[in-house]
Amino acid sequence: MAVTTAPPPPQAPPASPRLPDLGPIGTLRWMWRRLTSMRTALILLLLLAIATIPGSLLPQRSVDLGAVAEFYQANPDLAPVLERLGLFAVYSSPWFGAVYLLLFVSLVGCIIPRTRAHVLDWFAAPPNAPTRLNRLPGYVTYRSALPPDEAAAQIAAAVRGRWSVGLHRVTSAPGTSAAETSTTRPPDQREPLVVAAQTGRLRETGNVIFHISMIGILLALAGSSLYSWRGEALVVEGAGFANTLPRYDSFTSGARYDTGDLPPFALTLDGLDVRFESDQIAAFGAPRDFAAAVRITDTPGAPPRSELIRVNQPASVDGARVYLSGNGYAPVVDVRNGNGELVFSGAVPFLPRDGTYTSTGVIKVPDLTGGGTEDLALEGFFLPTAVIDDQGPRSVFPDADNPRLLLTVATGDLGLESGGAGSVFSLQGADVTTVTADGGDAVSLLLAPGTSVDLPDDLGTVTFVELRRFAAFDVRADPSGPVALGAAVLVMVGLAMSLFIPERRAWIRITPTTGPEIGARSVVEVAGQSRPRDNGLGAALEHMAAVVRRSAPPVPPENDHRNHAEEDA
Amino acid sequence: MIIDSSLANASDALIVSATVVYTVAMLAFVADLVSTGRASRTITRQLVTAGASGPATTEAVAEPPGTEASVSSPASRIGRIAVTLFLLGTGLHLASVVARGAAVGRVPWSNAYEFATTGALAVSLLFAGLLLRREVRWLGAFVALPIVLTLGVATAVFYAEASDLAPALQSFWLVIHVSVAFIASALFTVGFSLSVLQLVQHRFERQGARPAPTVLRAVPSATVLEAMSFRLHAAGFVLWTFTLVAGAIWAEHAWGRYWGWDPKEVWSLVIWVVYAAYLHARSTAGWGGRGAAWVAVAAYGCLLFNFFGVNYLFVGNHSYAG
Repeated sequence: MAVTTAPPPPQAPPASPRLPDLGPIGTLRWMWRRLTSMRTALILLLLLAIATIPGSLLPQRSVDLGAVAEFYQANPDLAPVLERLGLFAVYSSPWFGAVYLLLFVSLVGCIIPRTRAHVLDWFAAPPNAPTRLNRLPGYVTYRSALPPDEAAAQIAAAVRGRWSVGLHRVTSAPGTSAAETSTTRPPDQREPLVVAAQTGRLRETGNVIFHISMIGILLALAGSSLYSWRGEALVVEGAGFANTLPRYDSFTSGARYDTGDLPPFALTLDGLDVRFESDQIAAFGAPRDFAAAVRITDTPGAPPRSELIRVNQPASVDGARVYLSGNGYAPVVDVRNGNGELVFSGAVPFLPRDGTYTSTGVIKVPDLTGGGTEDLALEGFFLPTAVIDDQGPRSVFPDADNPRLLLTVATGDLGLESGGAGSVFSLQGADVTTVTADGGDAVSLLLAPGTSVDLPDDLGTVTFVELRRFAAFDVRADPSGPVALGAAVLVMVGLAMSLFIPERRAWIRITPTTGPEIGARSVVEVAGQSRPRDNGLGAALEHMAAVVRRSAPPVPPENDHRNHAEEDA
Repeated sequence: MIIDSSLANASDALIVSATVVYTVAMLAFVADLVSTGRASRTITRQLVTAGASGPATTEAVAEPPGTEASVSSPASRIGRIAVTLFLLGTGLHLASVVARGAAVGRVPWSNAYEFATTGALAVSLLFAGLLLRREVRWLGAFVALPIVLTLGVATAVFYAEASDLAPALQSFWLVIHVSVAFIASALFTVGFSLSVLQLVQHRFERQGARPAPTVLRAVPSATVLEAMSFRLHAAGFVLWTFTLVAGAIWAEHAWGRYWGWDPKEVWSLVIWVVYAAYLHARSTAGWGGRGAAWVAVAAYGCLLFNFFGVNYLFVGNHSYAG
């Protein structure tokens, strides 16, 4: 990425059409110049924009694993092809990496010479005036009573401070300028002197800062993917959570993160306060506030501290932060087998599927009879505000106003002993048969809190003891955050400097008068220019012209009639 | 929070009247362009028939007054009416947005309707500021049109009754992140109008022999348009960068990661990259003003897609609109 206001970069040496003459090193140099040219930067930028788009069109593994699985089910033929192209992980795919790495190589290749040139420029005198000053903005001219050398010295002294100033003696050969007055050559009284003034070098400084800071952001992102970690865990009201790997439902960490370094904190969810909209018809049932009251123990044995975690209000724990990322219901259920023995008791989270918290889940009871032969599964819906009519059972409001469990019964092998990694929320991987009534329909059970129903086929009873909520916590740590923030602040500062600070140059050319009084008086010309066009230039040049007039006063009108005439012209 | 329904209804009525006033203002701006364009053509013809001055003078006058100020003649009555109507529309529009905010007791930025009305208001306020500081009446029609379209779409498609904030939006970062995004988008919108005008002017300036339509005679030259649009785009780009940074800080705070490739984030980055390409194109040999203007137009297309398309087409952390 070349610098925005750069002049056209140095072109490749005027190579003859026969490229091989460049030789291997020449070819490499040619390629390097190509890569670091502004045109390449521009094309790479546009390519980066295009390459970024597919990641928003297709589900991404890093964002939503479930969505990728759904896409696979919906498009079984297309998905493997897209997979091979890396389109489910665009931002870690080789081709995306190639584009942004090339862009950053191009940026580095541009910024190194630019920085060097800028540092040199910082200490160099402003460049000499163009020949035709009178074509530039703010041009004024007058005759001064001072001889050129004195006028130049006075003007330079007056202008210095607000502008950075250099003094040039224009030699007769045009273009070979830049001889400072301090040169040993005796001054020729007929040669004009130029006071060159410049401001706004910080514009280029900002440009350099901006581009270097972009590299800082890239490094921060790289650090993030190496050292960050993230885990998700469900915690039911009244239950606790210890920050260990097995306790997480899902966990990902960067390649360089050692999971042995997980901070040893523990957390208890005392209560989850949930509010939904019940007044405003337009937004009926919309979420309004979720607040999880937790007690956190930072290290084993430390006194617990109380915290309130909200959606925009995470809790900090030893370099990590705990976010409230979701919530739902976890009915507490007791199951007794046909012999009346309590074989299952606990809170079972049901995952919400829609805005009214129609939730699905499964209660898995291993080894129902103790014979090791048969497991029991109670699968179905939890409805927080249930309406059961001829349209079928459904939930009409997300809060628990009329909670019901609606379950079907299945028996068989849940596959728990074989260590299968089946989900706790579904019967995937289980080999079970749904228990049906005489008519062939599945037996369904409807339970309200505090009620029990008998299971079919004398399998036992199930009790909906009480209703609790669960909170889904996202625990994350990313040490790259401060680096990224610092780089981003520099990016903004550099950008603002490079776009808003005008770079202005002004020249005061002092030409000795000709005629009998040669060298005794001077013709003074003032003009300037800016990059880019800026509205303040006119005022700045007017101010400069005033300063110049004060330090090298014009010839009083009564003493010089020609002056009058010239100024009027 | 109890919604003040009388305020909410007042807001709805105000937005409709603002849309009507903007529409009339837009027509008045067009009429002003036509009358100013005719006047400039007449002057040109008179000078040509006068003969003595020769082609140089003809050119100097026929070219719409070059500097970015002083295009429309100050005497144009229809022009003054257009400006007054536009300012009136802006006032009604502002009142509508304020009433909406007061009705719900928060910043009115939580669904697509509110985003569209406030986004259009940012454009109006920006242009009203420009109108008061400079002679830019010739741009009025090209700014009023997108405002009218946005308000039309907002009331017809996006309309949502006033309600409270979702938990995800209950953060002061909403005010910072979203308000800066509005200002940046407004700058990009006016910059886009200028870039389109610049491309059109380029066409007629290049063809030379073919005279520009009357409406375009009151519009400055492509070079002047380019300089203006660059200034707006530059300011917009800095603020868009800030939008991304503020969004990243909020994301870190709300979701635990500062960058997560959410569709809205992806498109905000695409917009940033394409505008960065615009800035580079300006100083790339061979691209110059025209190529860069095309890049700016493409970037604005991405901005529109991010605003109108992303929330409806993709599921993501920003999909609370609707």
